[in-house]
Amino acid sequence: MNASDLLPIGLGVIAAWVGMGLAGFVAPRSTRWVARVIFPLGALGSLVMAGVGLLALFAAPQSLVLPIGLPGLPMHLRLDALSGFFLFLLGSSTVGISTFAAGYFREGEGTAPGLLGMQYHVFLAAMSMVMLAADAYSFMLAWEVMAMASYFLVVSQHRMAEIRRAGYVYLLLAHLGAIALLLCFGVMMQDGIAGLTFEAMRHAPLNPAWASVAFGLAVIGFGAKAGLVPLHIWLPEAHPAAPSPVSALMSGVMLKTALYGLLRVSFDLLHAPLWWWGVPLLALGLFGALFGVLFAAVQTDMKRLLAYSSIENIGIAFAALGLALVFHGVGLAVFAALALAAMLYHLLNHAFFKSLLFLATGAVLHATRQRSLGKLGGLLRPMPWVGWTALIGTLAIAGLPPLNGFVAEWLLLQSFLFTPQIPEPFFNLLIPLGAALLALTAALAAYVMVKFYGIIFLGRAREPQLEQAHDVGWLERIGLLWLAAGCVLLGLIPTWVLQAIDRVNQLVLGKPLAQTGNWFWLVPLSPQRASYSPVMILLVAVLAVSLTGLMTHRVYAGRLRRAAPWDCGAPGLSGRMQDSAEGFGQPIRRVFSPFFLERVEVPRPDDAAPRYRVSVEDRFWSQFYTPLAQAVLWLARQVGKIQQGRISVYLLYSFLTLLVLLMVVVR
Amino acid sequence: MSVSALLTQLLAVAVSVLLAPLLSGWVMQCRAWLSNRSAAPIWQPYARIAKLLRKDAVLAHDATPLFRVVPYLLFGIMVVAAAIIPSLSTDLPFAQAADVIALVGLFALARVFIALAGMDIGTAFGSMGARRDMMVGFLAEPALLMVVFTSSLISGSTLLPTIAGFLQSQHLALHASLAFAAVAFVMVLLAENARIPVDNPTTHLELTMIHEAMVLEYSARHLALVEWASSLKLFNYACIGFALFLPWGMASHADGVLWLLVALPSLLLKLAAAGFGIALIETLSAKLRIFRDPEFLGTAFLLAVLGLLVRLMLSH
Repeated sequence: MNASDLLPIGLGVIAAWVGMGLAGFVAPRSTRWVARVIFPLGALGSLVMAGVGLLALFAAPQSLVLPIGLPGLPMHLRLDALSGFFLFLLGSSTVGISTFAAGYFREGEGTAPGLLGMQYHVFLAAMSMVMLAADAYSFMLAWEVMAMASYFLVVSQHRMAEIRRAGYVYLLLAHLGAIALLLCFGVMMQDGIAGLTFEAMRHAPLNPAWASVAFGLAVIGFGAKAGLVPLHIWLPEAHPAAPSPVSALMSGVMLKTALYGLLRVSFDLLHAPLWWWGVPLLALGLFGALFGVLFAAVQTDMKRLLAYSSIENIGIAFAALGLALVFHGVGLAVFAALALAAMLYHLLNHAFFKSLLFLATGAVLHATRQRSLGKLGGLLRPMPWVGWTALIGTLAIAGLPPLNGFVAEWLLLQSFLFTPQIPEPFFNLLIPLGAALLALTAALAAYVMVKFYGIIFLGRAREPQLEQAHDVGWLERIGLLWLAAGCVLLGLIPTWVLQAIDRVNQLVLGKPLAQTGNWFWLVPLSPQRASYSPVMILLVAVLAVSLTGLMTHRVYAGRLRRAAPWDCGAPGLSGRMQDSAEGFGQPIRRVFSPFFLERVEVPRPDDAAPRYRVSVEDRFWSQFYTPLAQAVLWLARQVGKIQQGRISVYLLYSFLTLLVLLMVVVR
Repeated sequence: MSVSALLTQLLAVAVSVLLAPLLSGWVMQCRAWLSNRSAAPIWQPYARIAKLLRKDAVLAHDATPLFRVVPYLLFGIMVVAAAIIPSLSTDLPFAQAADVIALVGLFALARVFIALAGMDIGTAFGSMGARRDMMVGFLAEPALLMVVFTSSLISGSTLLPTIAGFLQSQHLALHASLAFAAVAFVMVLLAENARIPVDNPTTHLELTMIHEAMVLEYSARHLALVEWASSLKLFNYACIGFALFLPWGMASHADGVLWLLVALPSLLLKLAAAGFGIALIETLSAKLRIFRDPEFLGTAFLLAVLGLLVRLMLSH
């Protein structure tokens, strides 16, 4: 196969996805047709797309102009290492998601399966188009198709009012972001419609002030899509509302399109980023990461918990991007490469473990019809496939060696350690605080994931019917196993992954990582500085654990007796006596109380039916968005006053406007 | 990688694993003396492990396989950690595989496993202990990272043997930043190893337990491994402290095998001093209420960050 065929093949996959979506209409009500034929075919398409992305990383950039689009502006497409990386991310993770989805969708759940299949595959196609588009028009077109497709997927159970509301908030924020992006492209666009191509923007002379404006608009526009605090409020509403494979797709893949866009604009199109652009990104990212993980810790709905955890992970990615911008701006290109590699690695990891966990919650939801953590428990026994694969995802997302989450964390902490070389002394002193926040976030993530996994899968069932929960079917198992294998593999072969990511560094920064080392020995800078070898750790750990087991049984095997757990002599231990989700969140609520808007209802001593209720709210709703909405409504009312509804008044307005304009022109 | 390096590596691990219960016994003995009690013999932990290994294990009906493998995992992880931390020599071939960040990650892995095991049976105390232990963990872990970052900035490396070797090669220079870091490290050590003032390793009152509450359901060989892993963890932490702050007396790459004859007594001396220090702190302080722990560990965290800042300011 010729390397220049990659782009047409990618386009072919996109066309095939759209075609598969349309094929769903042959029998829109037939779950068998959609689930057993269309979704597996879609997974096959994802596999091809992952291959295209991987090969594109190592091939020269290639462009294509499609003779469709606006008059004077045909569609420009380009496949380079940056698009290739994100296409690989999309393809490789959606193989698992689509396979799982093939077994997941059932009869009679909101939208007809055929329609759902179409929205799903159009969503995939639009996300891929976003990464291939090379002019502002096709980018915005793909971007909006992506937003609309995901909106319809979110509201697939549109008979529930809260889901419609979640969809509304999502749509609103998506459009605010789109407006910011339009303005951003407007700033970068030079004379005429031909200036809308990315190629023209790359060469456009833009003074630093306007470049900064464009960058700020891009941060708002892409930040709204990625869930950057304070533009995150749609995320914890929309992700739980969608069916689980869609949540996986949105959280695992769609959020990354925003970071792709920001990378494209800041490093590629604005071609000379200023160092201080990184500072607000770093601050917002770190704040968002801490905010996300704290709110994840106090959630009682398993999907909302994962949604807040996505806010955390996106925050970490933004922080890494900010650090890369700072390093790049002050001329430390090797360290910029390290930070950027950490960010891209983290995004790839997140696509795998977050999708895996969202799919696991989907399986739990199907088996138990419960989303509330307070009504789950002990599911590892009836659902071993879901439970054990979710354990891998849990350990990976908690950033524990030797799985994938740790590698990105390690790289990012390493890049934070290099900041003393930045020639900005004041900023230099602030960086340790950033590293401290990052370390705190990582440690809190482990807390959150112990809560998530322990409450759902371990312990005793909190409701009697949970014992009858059934495990997933074979298609779902393949999907879960694919993603879990990705988490393990990405953790064990960091050098190969970094070699691929380095192609992006070369394209974006013009400078590769200074890494040495072989396939199992990760040395990002120099062997004296730091090295990490997950394979070695795993081998030695396996050796140590098996030796321990062997020795213990050698010394004295002993018999094993089953008995009831220790109940302190008070019989009647029940599943409801375990820590609830609220209980597990309580230390966080206490230690970090300024973050939360907490409402606690404590029963009086003489209450006949005592109830204890606690709710935790996002301050951004009541202290930022509600006043903002009120201000907008107030402004609308003021504007409304001049609308009299009589034609003579409107004619007067036109006349006065003309008069004023004439005065301006004449002067 | 030379044969002697490999042998040193194996010897270091063996010494850590075998001496770890001795350190726990020594701390218990010191505590008894300091509080005017007659002490149990120093090999008491060995006797306890031997006794537990001979017993029949009792397992709750609901226990999953996870519950059964966690003690082995825990012990294995602590052995891996012992292979990374320079105790006798800084010439450790395996230490290249994991630097201090990975080491902190390994400790976190062990903590997550034991917390999950605590939640597995579904008793009230198990999940309470898991929650509290994770709380102590998320406060102590960043503080520990900041401590090691301070040392990393001084030596320009995150590999523990390199850090220790760098400090060893220097004359006894007092780094102000290291003083802050050392205080923070001691606080983290107390918290991570379930010592007073954060936790009480000898408590019998379930409501005040942190670490013990999680392992209430373990018995016999599983409990033996958990306890051995706990003493190994204390040993490892002590050795991290020596590597970061008192690396003198350790053998290095250039030294021959005979140098170990100096390294072993000096390690024992340092351990004896550290064990006595821990016992002294434990005797002099009272256990904090659980919600005072964040203040205690927050102080450690701030001290560690302060150490890092001092380092950055003085280096300019």
